[in-house]
Amino acid sequence: MKVRVLVSFKDSVLDPQGQTVTNALHTLGYAAVRDVRQGKVFDIALENLTKIEAQALVPEIARKVLANPIIEKFDWQFIEET
Amino acid sequence: MKFGVVQFPGSNCDWDAFHVLRNVLNQETVMLWHKDHDLQGVDGVVLPGGFSYGDYLRSGAIARFSPLMREVKAFAKRGGHVLGICNGFQVLLEMGLLPGAMLRNRNLKFLCQHVHIRVENARTAFTRAGQKGQVLRIPIAHFEGNYYAPPRTRAELIRKHQVVFRYCDATGAVTEEANVNGSLDAIAGIVNEAGNVMGLMPHPERASEALLGSTDGRVIFESLIASFARRKTGSGGKPKGRR
Repeated sequence: MKVRVLVSFKDSVLDPQGQTVTNALHTLGYAAVRDVRQGKVFDIALENLTKIEAQALVPEIARKVLANPIIEKFDWQFIEET
Repeated sequence: MKFGVVQFPGSNCDWDAFHVLRNVLNQETVMLWHKDHDLQGVDGVVLPGGFSYGDYLRSGAIARFSPLMREVKAFAKRGGHVLGICNGFQVLLEMGLLPGAMLRNRNLKFLCQHVHIRVENARTAFTRAGQKGQVLRIPIAHFEGNYYAPPRTRAELIRKHQVVFRYCDATGAVTEEANVNGSLDAIAGIVNEAGNVMGLMPHPERASEALLGSTDGRVIFESLIASFARRKTGSGGKPKGRR
């Protein structure tokens, strides 16, 4: 079983890297780009647990380790095995 | 006073701190390996600067899982003095021993330069040898020193006088320009509520000898040594942390 965790800055926290990417895209003429927020992706392979257990485990490790809850938020989903 | 300097893989200011404590300030000092389980009876712990675990995940995020850090946490909870410098400050934030978090510097540049910081609270164990308003010239070297705290935490920090240092100009004025990394309220260093754990981004160990251009950083180590001597002899003096 595989899950994908997405970590990004909370909306209230300034993301200077995302802003820089936005500026670069504007420089290239992509006027339709309003805003970019940069984040991190974690693809995690899990074994020996049920989907229900994964639903408890993934948010736990995201909160404890993958994201810093003071500045970051996370989202996650099951992904297809490749 | 016996100091312990914690070494993580990627620490690079560990020997600088060791040198200042042992050779400049003549204190008994030992190195503490992050995989050890024993603090060797130290009276104070220094978490040095560097790039523990390569700054992987987030600066300071992995170091807190080292076996020794469990001991450091317990030591801090017992009231032991812990000083986190630069990456050490980031580790203290990630461990939850200090409130807040670090973001990339506002200008997205690694900043390596001398800065001025103003002593905002001279009643802590880390600043009692200094004066409120005193301006120190100390170098910084970091990419993620842009201190952030949510509004409620920020209000608490100010109300409880936990802001110990602010970035300022040479005259002591806190200006937008002097706040080189964009920190909230120009915060350069904070102490915990109990007053025994402090973190700061500037490197006092790089400003403790005239040969290196400044001895302003010594006041922090000297304060700690004075605080320890006071505690040992049981004499009174200024209260720690709070007024």
